[in-house]
Amino acid sequence: MLRRILVSGVSWAYLALVYAFIFLPVAVLVLFSFQDGRLPVPPFNGFSTQWYEAVFVDRKLMAALGNSMLVAISSSVVSCVLGFLAAYSLARYKLPGSALQRGLLIAPMTVSYLIIALGLLALLNALHMPLSLLTVGIGHVVINLPLCFAIIYASMGDHQINIERAARDLGASDFKVMTLVTAPMLMPSILAAFFLSVTFSWDEFIIAFLLSRFDVTLPVEIWSMLRSGLNPKTNAIGSLVFLASVALLLILEFSLFGRTKKQ
Amino acid sequence: MTAPVSIENVSKTFGHFKALDKVSLDIRAGEFIVLLGPSGCGKTTLLSILGGFLSPSSGRVVIGDRDMTFVTPAKRPTTTMFQDYALFPHMRLVDNVGFGLRMRGLGKAERDKKALGFLDLVGLKASAGKRPHELSGGQRQRVALARALAVDPEVLLLDEPLGALDLKLRRQMQDELKAIQKRVGTTFVHVTHDQEEAMAIADRIVVMNQGRIEDFGPPSQIYMRPRSLFSAGFMGEVNFVSGRVRAADASSAEVETSLGNLALPAANFTAAAPKAGDAITLTIRPEHFRGADKSDGPMFTLGEARVAGSAFFGTHYRCHLQPCATDGDALVAHLPQSSDVRDGEIIPLAVRAADVVALPAASGTL
Repeated sequence: MLRRILVSGVSWAYLALVYAFIFLPVAVLVLFSFQDGRLPVPPFNGFSTQWYEAVFVDRKLMAALGNSMLVAISSSVVSCVLGFLAAYSLARYKLPGSALQRGLLIAPMTVSYLIIALGLLALLNALHMPLSLLTVGIGHVVINLPLCFAIIYASMGDHQINIERAARDLGASDFKVMTLVTAPMLMPSILAAFFLSVTFSWDEFIIAFLLSRFDVTLPVEIWSMLRSGLNPKTNAIGSLVFLASVALLLILEFSLFGRTKKQ
Repeated sequence: MTAPVSIENVSKTFGHFKALDKVSLDIRAGEFIVLLGPSGCGKTTLLSILGGFLSPSSGRVVIGDRDMTFVTPAKRPTTTMFQDYALFPHMRLVDNVGFGLRMRGLGKAERDKKALGFLDLVGLKASAGKRPHELSGGQRQRVALARALAVDPEVLLLDEPLGALDLKLRRQMQDELKAIQKRVGTTFVHVTHDQEEAMAIADRIVVMNQGRIEDFGPPSQIYMRPRSLFSAGFMGEVNFVSGRVRAADASSAEVETSLGNLALPAANFTAAAPKAGDAITLTIRPEHFRGADKSDGPMFTLGEARVAGSAFFGTHYRCHLQPCATDGDALVAHLPQSSDVRDGEIIPLAVRAADVVALPAASGTL
């Protein structure tokens, strides 16, 4: 009896430690974003929302927030569309060297972001293409396309082939089969790919840093704020970024996994 | 709409495998045709060629009076009902059924009205707003039928549509399919490996084996007067008795078998006219054995047999009989419920002359 209590007590303590290890930094970040004082370090002086007010009146921060959203959403849309088309053709048609093509599509996942960014930087220079949000977006498509392709390709099964055949049999053209049947049928995985891609793009730093110049994304803006020292304002914006990611994950959970359960 | 279908000398090879070997078949408009055969016999290949999902290696497919051999599925006056139903999971039933009409450019109001009509035909009008995953197997089946019929095809192709249903539901759906086919008048071509299903619904049955048509005709003819040993064996239980033609003329033949000699009318030779010296196989259905005393028409007595085992099947006793005259194969007979058979008992065997069918012996036997 005592042994059982002991074992379960240790298990619970272990669990608590694991979660503390994962979430303590975030908790501290969020806590000190409400610091009533100039430094986001202990002791906690009192509760204040002044730093959030400071964030929302900071033009540069708000512009970076908008840029981040723009880049995240548009690069994810492009990644999903390209990923879907690649997955569709590789799953439905016999292509030359399809195993190799699949491998090449997924390969960028194994390359570090720094290398990808350096490669793109060299390429853009050679093409005399100025750095901008567009180039950041291109970089994010490079890292997110393999992810979108892998997720969507994995959900394309043989049982859908007959459904597509039925649509063709009823008079649908290839384009209509794809837009009216295949894509809606795969919508859960396409949305999963989209939201994951948005979260990755949302807090990606290295590529965004190396491939942008005047308009920057939020992680880059936060980094430049950090260079001038610790400030509860960075905690506040960090908390907001974290909140956005959590919100996205919750949307993903309820809209998709709730739906697949029903099906 | 409805149209006749003509399949002319169609062959299909996959690599070295001959899935169809010079198949020719004429189907009348409005007929319910069942392609029956074991798996791998080519029946699904033939259906896919009719639907346009495969093109034949040689030969022609004519539907109505148009050559359809190389026309794509979308442009054919056929629709296919798939084995796994292949309903669109993300659409409501009314949109599933209306999909083909939408592809034909019908406005929403009009196609919804038509789709509801077809859902009504299959008894699912009240569920029009549901999605396929909310339905049972039999209901999905009905939606698939309504969807295929909604575009008013000339020929409906059904690929083992009842295979996934349990026995009771399958029997019920067979009746419904038959009734709906009568109502719409469309030509139905239905693939199955279940001979009872084939008999229950078909106007004519096509028995297929190894890429060839073995037999073609109404169910009663296929069962009572099969034209090949395969067809006889596939359509229910049958006893094969090998023999030899001793003498033959235009109207009858003298046949010698291990059970005795018989004089068979020439009409009982369904595959080829008898010639003296031919090795033949007699086919006798288990239910055609009678007690020797009850005669209705000319009878053959086949000597006596010992009951080697029997079981009560409700409608009949199924008995294994060992003919006394020979050590050869045991026979299976279905004796009436009223007959009181006991193991070891010796009973007389008799069959009606009309019930014995003589076919050429399979090469390698006798």
